[in-house]
Amino acid sequence: MNQTDLWTVATIIGMTLVTVLTRSFFFLSSKPWTLPGWAQRGLHYAPIAALAAVIVPEMVMTQGHFIATWKDARVFAVAAGAAWYYWRHGVLGTILAGMAVYLPLHMGLNW
Amino acid sequence: MKALFKHPDFRVGVSELSAVAPGIAAWGLMTGVAMVKSGMSLVEVLLMAVLVFAGSSQLAALPLIVAGAPMWVILATSFCVNLRFMVFSAHLRPYVMHHSLWRRMAFGYGMADLNYVLFTKRYPHPASDAAGIEAQDAYWIGSCGMSWVSWVGATLVGIALANSIPLSWGLGFAGILALLGIMCSLATTRLRAVSAAIAGAAAVATYALPLKLNILVGIAAAVVVCLILEKTVPAKPLPSAPGTGDAA
Repeated sequence: MNQTDLWTVATIIGMTLVTVLTRSFFFLSSKPWTLPGWAQRGLHYAPIAALAAVIVPEMVMTQGHFIATWKDARVFAVAAGAAWYYWRHGVLGTILAGMAVYLPLHMGLNW
Repeated sequence: MKALFKHPDFRVGVSELSAVAPGIAAWGLMTGVAMVKSGMSLVEVLLMAVLVFAGSSQLAALPLIVAGAPMWVILATSFCVNLRFMVFSAHLRPYVMHHSLWRRMAFGYGMADLNYVLFTKRYPHPASDAAGIEAQDAYWIGSCGMSWVSWVGATLVGIALANSIPLSWGLGFAGILALLGIMCSLATTRLRAVSAAIAGAAAVATYALPLKLNILVGIAAAVVVCLILEKTVPAKPLPSAPGTGDAA
C-alpha cells in the first residue's frame, strides 16, 4: 500500500465537512423562515424522485449509454425484486429475490 | 438524550432501517473494496471509511485523489454529488429547528438517502407537541445510528477482504435493490408514481451531465411536473399500492 499523504488526510476531513454542511445546509441559520406553500407541497414528491433518479440510471445504463441488449442481469433482477415487493411487500425480500436472480445471471452467464 | 435511546420510536427507527441494512451493507462492502483497490494508503482508507459517510461522494472522489487532483476540485465534486441533500435539508428544517446548531449539524451528518426517505414516510408532518418531537428525535437517532453501523461496519469488512472479493461480482447491486424496495413502498399515490417515472427518465436522459447533477435534474423535473399535475388532476390513491409502511 502507498504512503499516507497529509494532504489526502486533509482532503478526507474536508469531505467530511462537506457531508455535514450540505446535509445541514438549511438547518444552519436559525432565523425564522419557512418555505412557501408550493415548495412544501413539492417536497413531498422529492423522496421518491430522489430514489428513482439515483437508481434508474444504475439499472438501465452501462458506461453512460442506455443498455442495448436484454442480456443484462440487472433488468431481470429489478423485475424479480419489484415482483416480490408487490407480492409480499417486504424490502428485505426485494433485495434477496433480486440478488437470487442477479448473481447466477451475472456470475454464471456473464450477463 | 439518554431517554431517547429508551424511547419506543428509537427501536422503530432501528428496525425499519434494519430491513434495508443488507443492501446498505453490500454497497458498503464494495465501497471498501474499491477504496483499497484505488491505491490509497490504509490510514487514508480507514479514515475515509469512518468519517465521510457518503458513498457516492467517496466513490466520486477516489479517482480524483489517486490522480492527485487539487483539493478544491475534490471538495467541489463532493459538494455537487451531495447537492440533493441540500434539498432534503430544506424539507427537514421544521423537524430540527428546536435543537442547538451543533445538534442540528449532527442530525444532518446522519442524513443518508434512506434515513431521509424512511423518516419522511413515517412522519409526513413535523410534530408540534413535546411527545411527538421526542418520538421523531428518537426515531432519527435509531435510524441514523443503525445506518452508520451497517455502512461503516460493512466498509471495514470490505477493506479487510479487499483481495478476496472481486468488484466484478457486482454485490453492490443489492444496494440498488434496497432502494428499489423503498421506492415501491413510497409509490402510494398516482402522482408519486409519476414523480418516480419522471425523475428516473430525466436522470437517464441527462446522465451525461458531470458530477451526478442528473440526480438533481431528475428531482427538480419530477417536483415541477407533479406540482403542475396536482392542479389539474385530483390526487387519487392507487388501488393496488400498499397503504402503510412495511419496511420491517
